[in-house]
Amino acid sequence: MKSMRTFLIMLAVAAAYLGAALLVDNSYHQLIFTLVLVWACFGLSWNMLSGYTGLVSFGHAAFFGLGAYAAVLGQIHLGLSPWLMIPLSAVIGAAAGLLVGLPTFRLRGHYFALAMLAYPLALLYVFEWLGYQEVTFPMMREHPAWYMQFSDPRLYTAVAMAMLLLFVQVTRRVQRTRFGMALIAIKQNEAAAEAAGIDTLRWKLRAIALSGAIAGATGAFYAVVLLVVTPVSVFGMLVSAQALTVAMFGGVGTVWGPIIGAAILIPLGEILHAELGATYPGIQGVILGVAIIAVILVAPEGVFWKTRDLLRRRGRAQQVAPALPAPAAAPAPAAAAPRAPHGEVILDVQGLSRSFGGLKAVQDVSFQVRQGMILGIIGPNGAGKTTLFNLLNGFLRPDAGRVVFKGVDMAGRKPHVLCAAGVGRTFQVMRPFMRLTVAQNVKVGAYVKARSEAEADALAAQAIERVGLADCAGHLASVLTTRQLRLMELARAVAGQPELLLLDETLAGLGQGEVDDVVAAIRALSAQGITIVIIEHTMQAMVRLVDQFVVLDHGEVLATGEPQSITQDMRVVEAYLGKKWSAKHAA
Amino acid sequence: MTELQIHLEAFLQALAAGLLVGGIYGLMCVGLAMIFGIMRVINFAQGDFMMLGMYITYFFFVLLAGHGMAGSALGPYVAMVLTLPVMYGVGYLAHRLLIARVTGGKTAALDGEGHYAQLILTLGIALVLQNGAMMLFGPELESIRTPLSSSAWEIGPLWGDFVSIFVNKGRGIAALISAAAIVALAALVGRSRLGKSLRAAADNPVAASYMGIDVDRAYRIAFALGTCITALAGGLLATNFPFHPFTGLEFVIVMYAGVVLGGIGSILGAFWGGMVIGLVQQLSSLVLPTQLQNAAIFVFFLLIVILRPQGLFGRVAERT
Repeated sequence: MKSMRTFLIMLAVAAAYLGAALLVDNSYHQLIFTLVLVWACFGLSWNMLSGYTGLVSFGHAAFFGLGAYAAVLGQIHLGLSPWLMIPLSAVIGAAAGLLVGLPTFRLRGHYFALAMLAYPLALLYVFEWLGYQEVTFPMMREHPAWYMQFSDPRLYTAVAMAMLLLFVQVTRRVQRTRFGMALIAIKQNEAAAEAAGIDTLRWKLRAIALSGAIAGATGAFYAVVLLVVTPVSVFGMLVSAQALTVAMFGGVGTVWGPIIGAAILIPLGEILHAELGATYPGIQGVILGVAIIAVILVAPEGVFWKTRDLLRRRGRAQQVAPALPAPAAAPAPAAAAPRAPHGEVILDVQGLSRSFGGLKAVQDVSFQVRQGMILGIIGPNGAGKTTLFNLLNGFLRPDAGRVVFKGVDMAGRKPHVLCAAGVGRTFQVMRPFMRLTVAQNVKVGAYVKARSEAEADALAAQAIERVGLADCAGHLASVLTTRQLRLMELARAVAGQPELLLLDETLAGLGQGEVDDVVAAIRALSAQGITIVIIEHTMQAMVRLVDQFVVLDHGEVLATGEPQSITQDMRVVEAYLGKKWSAKHAA
Repeated sequence: MTELQIHLEAFLQALAAGLLVGGIYGLMCVGLAMIFGIMRVINFAQGDFMMLGMYITYFFFVLLAGHGMAGSALGPYVAMVLTLPVMYGVGYLAHRLLIARVTGGKTAALDGEGHYAQLILTLGIALVLQNGAMMLFGPELESIRTPLSSSAWEIGPLWGDFVSIFVNKGRGIAALISAAAIVALAALVGRSRLGKSLRAAADNPVAASYMGIDVDRAYRIAFALGTCITALAGGLLATNFPFHPFTGLEFVIVMYAGVVLGGIGSILGAFWGGMVIGLVQQLSSLVLPTQLQNAAIFVFFLLIVILRPQGLFGRVAERT
């Protein structure tokens, strides 16, 4: 309903914009009306990749320029109309996106950003070398409309508006579905996304292909509007900068950001250029630069988010009391529920080893996990607990050994494959998706098993219920307490319907009462048939929780057994507290 | 002169040119490494700070020429020395007033740890510098002419009467000055207390601040030092290379390529990285048309980033 309303408002704004464009008769101002839309489209293209995945691209001019040259060369050499070449440029842009993405997605952060910078600049020199310094569309007097050579420049504005509306709809669709959720999850924490069953490489490739397609089509149209294509005007660094400037200025990671950015910055720049450019060449750039600096100092996340936060705050101030999340009802006290007799072996770890250089982090570790049990892995800091988990769910490839899950050796498989097979995981360092609600956070984890959005919603709701967070499902993750965040992470893992759940220090940083809540939730999950392996430092909580311990020290299994026997095992006490302590207390 | 001798001479000449250009590129990269390597801020305006350094050097050069140093071979170098404190101040203020607002502790709460804000802020600075220079100095090409730029030392003939290498004196001196500047900087960073605080702040800002290091001050000094080193490289380049308000753009990639090549965070590595870039650029002219020289740099850069992101001289230090 809400999205329908947004759509109608959008159409109304578009119509008003076109109406305003019709009233303008100065051809330069008409061009500005078109350029605002073009750069908004290009900003959306950039936002599709960089805004949602957080991988900043300085190289979107590569796709833009390929589209522009495709359009002009297609018409010159093949006589193809821009009406055909714009969609074709989208295909070219998408293909270029895949070609660029495959090698470049191996990089992260700054490396990715810098590598992307090199693509358009290399292309720039290649196109100069090929002799395309200045390519002009031939005039087509026979069929001007078929070749998009309108005598009335306002028609360009209309075409641009149609393109922008299409790209906005595409972006909103992505934003609403698992595609967008996957990208946002990747942005927040790629490792957590993988563990939640998201095939991160595949989604990133889809994003860059879609982004490249939008950029290619936009570049082709831009070429048609300006009639002349030069390497610098389509591959230049300022073109890439334009895309990220409008998007970042307006607000990253939202469909409206690039549009707001383009609507403010492009007219500002162009009008300054027209009014003052003759007397003070460069004043446009100076004032634009100052405006950008000023806005970024005041609103570093962009105009859209700043405005929204301000409106939210005002709205909240009007309410009498801030609506704090009510404490969740304690989950069903399944504390003393009789355990199902432990079934067959679900996870069989055999001789698992992994070293980093000379450090043997995990060395010949073997143990078995039976269906329905809670296994605790304990050990002092640096014993190799987290490395062991990373080996079990695929973040690391073992040097030797087997990880047999339900009869299949999964050693070295990617995390999302393991997640799909039924191994869920939480992390020592919590990585909630702060700008999403609890329900959305958990939904990210549900996609791996859900075929439709509705099913994902249902699985998410069920998972939230299972950990006892139902009454704050609608809250943003950023307002939750540590206890609620831990439960939410648990729910995210549970939403993927795992048979085996790996919990990495789920109790860390919790107070005594909070520990009891989370322990109760874990027990409840166990009672519902999920097998659990949990890592923890703190013995007390673990002794009450687990059926069996595996004690690690220096990467090796020190002991396995029931809680009773483990707490009295001298070797374990020694590993934890040192020889002196154990000698004194043994006496 | 046999064909072998012709090829050999062309190769040696390109090698010499690569080493000389590489020396200046190396200094440029070191300037960026101080900023990118220590603060992890992608500074888009680095090339434009260099451009500013070129104009200020030019300004001092003209001023000195008016005071009796016209035609002196020393003039440009005195101008460069005078430029250093000015550019240090520019960098110091730029960090204090602008960059510091979007780096360090304040960014933790922002999207992408403030990277977006840093990028767009430095883009804004770049726009202001480029277009401001355009307004002040106009679009004409300028250059700092020294009597040395038009004369050369001849090395050789190395093989009978043939195979000589010509080393432009201006470039030769520029390369020597770069090398001296690097040695001085390496001593400063490696030996002094200040250098230790810079390295600590680069390695782990939080831990460094717990150890009583004023990380903000370290960053400010790093930024100022980086700016004035790059400006020095700009001045050296300007004796051989005509420049204009948008010159900075052409060198931003060279700088980042060098820094990544050398391994992010390593200052000496950045010098060697810049050197390699200079060599690749000049040697590629043996096999590629001139227009593709720069494309060769970018392709080489991409290969390095993708195949060996820790740099040619770096080690894998990041943990998952």
